[in-house]
Amino acid sequence: MTSSNKSIIDVNNLVTHYGERKILKNLNFSVEKGEIRVIMGGSGSGKSTLLNHMLALLTPTSGSIVIDGVDVVNANRKTLLKLRQKMGVAFQGGALFSSMTVGENIKLPLQHHTELDEHTIDIMTRLKLELMNLAGFEDLMPSELSGGMLKRAGLARAVIMDPKLLFFDEPSAGLDPVTAVELDELILKLRDAMNMTIIVVTHELESAFKIADKITVLFDGEIVITGTVDEIKSSKDIRIQNMINRRARDEHLDAEQYIKRLTTGKN
Amino acid sequence: MLAVIKTKIEHLGDVGINLVESSGRLGVFLFNILARLWMYRFPLEETIKQVLFIGAKTVPLILISGLFTGMVIALQFYDTLIRFGSVELLGAAVAMSLIRELGPVMAALMVIARVGSATCAEIGIMRNEQQFDALDCMAIDSYHYVMLPRLLAAIISVPLLTAMFDTFGIGGGYIVGVLIHGVSDGAYLVGMADTIVWNDVWMGIIKSFLFGLVIMWVCLAKGFYLHIEQKQSGAVGVSQATTQAVVLSAVLMLFVDYIVSSLML
Repeated sequence: MTSSNKSIIDVNNLVTHYGERKILKNLNFSVEKGEIRVIMGGSGSGKSTLLNHMLALLTPTSGSIVIDGVDVVNANRKTLLKLRQKMGVAFQGGALFSSMTVGENIKLPLQHHTELDEHTIDIMTRLKLELMNLAGFEDLMPSELSGGMLKRAGLARAVIMDPKLLFFDEPSAGLDPVTAVELDELILKLRDAMNMTIIVVTHELESAFKIADKITVLFDGEIVITGTVDEIKSSKDIRIQNMINRRARDEHLDAEQYIKRLTTGKN
Repeated sequence: MLAVIKTKIEHLGDVGINLVESSGRLGVFLFNILARLWMYRFPLEETIKQVLFIGAKTVPLILISGLFTGMVIALQFYDTLIRFGSVELLGAAVAMSLIRELGPVMAALMVIARVGSATCAEIGIMRNEQQFDALDCMAIDSYHYVMLPRLLAAIISVPLLTAMFDTFGIGGGYIVGVLIHGVSDGAYLVGMADTIVWNDVWMGIIKSFLFGLVIMWVCLAKGFYLHIEQKQSGAVGVSQATTQAVVLSAVLMLFVDYIVSSLML
């Protein structure tokens, strides 16, 4: 796959294993600047592994991932550090440091990567907290926040440096419907206000259909389809239809294999 | 029969491989931390914070355990020395055993119990909650920001805590020897001053410095590599890593103790 000028992420022939097991099977896709791309798939489809590879937290077996012109698989430490200052990541559980207050957590990247004085850093921190509807919470400890607030605080920390690229892992997981919708609105607001490219990894259909410009659907480590919301909805692929209509997978059961599995514990 | 022997040999091989891997990881981990001393600015503020946790907050425990250790040593030595009519050697015996051996070892054990286990659990939970991934993604170096200040703080704090342990231990010995059993205070203090030489003090300082390094190194590494070394994740993994960290750091500390003693005596 060739990278276009407009693309900010290019994943080429990505293959990865956990031990002997192949997790990602030759993935190819690219993400354009300013796009909200949702990566969907069920449990065990490889979407979290793909995210970790894009964040350069794991090294693939083969293939390349080019982010903003940098091949993150082969980049040296310095190049990767520079690239990461242009990226923000909001983790599933927030990943806030429990020994610091919410405010201290959010201002951490600014303290490390800028020469701004403490007063300016405080103002910027409050600005981001306002954006996330968390004004007045900066002196609380993470343990005093609810699940939704933790995610929003994690998001505030992820965007404190005004990154070009934002990764968001499972924004709606474990949240009530109202809070989940609020987070979706926030993601849209961030894209529109700050012109960010946003990659969201999720298995929540409703949220994906609401925020995505394009959706990439993974099944068993392979890309089934990449397309707009309408294209996904009109896909004839049985796996996509099962996912949209919340139908269980209709797996053909081989009687002999089933007996063998029960008696020996092996496939 | 052959299959059983084969399985046993394979198991032995696995244990050997794990041991080599684990030792290699520990070595690389220490190298990575120490390399940050040259790669980045000195983490003064974070180190001071950690000295507060590792050092200052351990002081009450050190003082109490030092006092009682000194008292019990004095009691044992008094009971032995009085049989040989050499009770005037009590001060020298108490001070010598505390400064050379018991002070560094007991202070280190207290630090393992209070700080080592807590640090390993904290680092392990940070690993479980993706906090190290978050640091990597924020382009903040975990070795420099999290590990180096803790290691430096332990290296600074353990010798100071040992000195306090020794002082209170000698004080405890004074209470038992002089105040309770009526040994002459001149004999206790002058005997001590006449017998202890700088080499004894240096031995205690070198030991406690190395103990601080070993304890924090092992406890940090066990927490940091939780996801690689522990078969179970979550709370069970953290608990297993903490147990291993406490046992390994205590055993390594005693091994270092023997090596330093044999080199300096």
